[in-house]
Amino acid sequence: MSSLLALEGVALIRGGRLLFEGLSLTLRPGEAALARGPNGIGKSSLIRLAAGLLLPAAGTAARAEAALADEHLALDERQRLGAALSFWAKDAAPGLAAMGLEELAEVPVRMLSTGQRKRAALARVIASGAPLWLLDEPANGLDADGQVRLAAAMAAHRAAGGAILAASHQLLALDGAQTVELG
Amino acid sequence: MIGALILRELRLAATGGAAILPLIFFLLVATLFPFAVGPDGPLLARTGGGALWMAALLAALLPVDRLVEPDRAAGVLDQLFLKGVSEEAIAFAKLAGHWLSFGPPLMLAALPAAALMKLPGEVLARLELGLLLGTPGLAALSLGVAALTAGLRRSGALAGLLLLPLAVPLLIFGAGYVARGNEGGAVQLLGAVSLLLVAGAPFAAGAAIRAGRD
Repeated sequence: MSSLLALEGVALIRGGRLLFEGLSLTLRPGEAALARGPNGIGKSSLIRLAAGLLLPAAGTAARAEAALADEHLALDERQRLGAALSFWAKDAAPGLAAMGLEELAEVPVRMLSTGQRKRAALARVIASGAPLWLLDEPANGLDADGQVRLAAAMAAHRAAGGAILAASHQLLALDGAQTVELG
Repeated sequence: MIGALILRELRLAATGGAAILPLIFFLLVATLFPFAVGPDGPLLARTGGGALWMAALLAALLPVDRLVEPDRAAGVLDQLFLKGVSEEAIAFAKLAGHWLSFGPPLMLAALPAAALMKLPGEVLARLELGLLLGTPGLAALSLGVAALTAGLRRSGALAGLLLLPLAVPLLIFGAGYVARGNEGGAVQLLGAVSLLLVAGAPFAAGAAIRAGRD
């Protein structure tokens, strides 16, 4: 498969409401797409659809191995951050380093602040080694340093042949990204 | 990955107090029962086995709300899906981890509980064998109900209503074996019921996890 994500004419219905239809999107290595639109238009649902967590009502969705960062941290609250990340990745160090979390590796996950939790979720994605990143509002809660680190991590991932589908109402540093306007 | 998942279940059960609560509950029932029935040795010995089975059944209900729901709410189930772990494998790992943190400790706790009930040695042996065969079935029921009720608010009472009727065969054959020995093949039937539940639970729970993903 040359493309890392292929959505063809997908339609999605949630709770009896048609969110979008006829949406096609292909991401090849190095490419990125940014889903934009007002709240509730289906950005997060598009991310979950791309992940395979939601099934399209019409059309087909295929993807390579993917890593997802959404509002759920998916790290065990009682564990130390480093140990919790190692459950998902063989080597958590690159993720911790990329998001500037090395100092917090021994801190229990439940003690992290909102922004630190967002960084931890992104560190989990970075450490996963998956070629396709699915990021739902990745810049939410991040400070300026965090946003710079996020941009650098996304650029490095694309330079290494990865692809990114992000949903955000903010501007993300994704050069040359396709824009998916929902709604 | 399945090994790592089972270890994770055991760690969560050990650190979250979820392994110790059913034990304390079981022992508490065993302690209270003689107070309610009176210190009549023969009567206790006759009814104690059944009472301990009831206690085991109710103890199996306690961990239901922490078996699946926390992982669903924290997005762990989503992340496992993205790692390519099937829902059935997740459910199997949870079943194995849950039984390991529930069955053997309950069998250990049955020793002091049997002493409180004045159960004779051969009755205790039957209780232990019955628990060894029956607790996997109880764990399977807990898991299935936990997966079905994950995401519902205040699901505790609903879980009880779903679980207890399904556990009736385990209770009949388990308590019957303790009280009357292997009359009519009670222990084989107990094993058969338990096996059926264990074999079916990963698929039922897996389907429930998939259906609850919306």
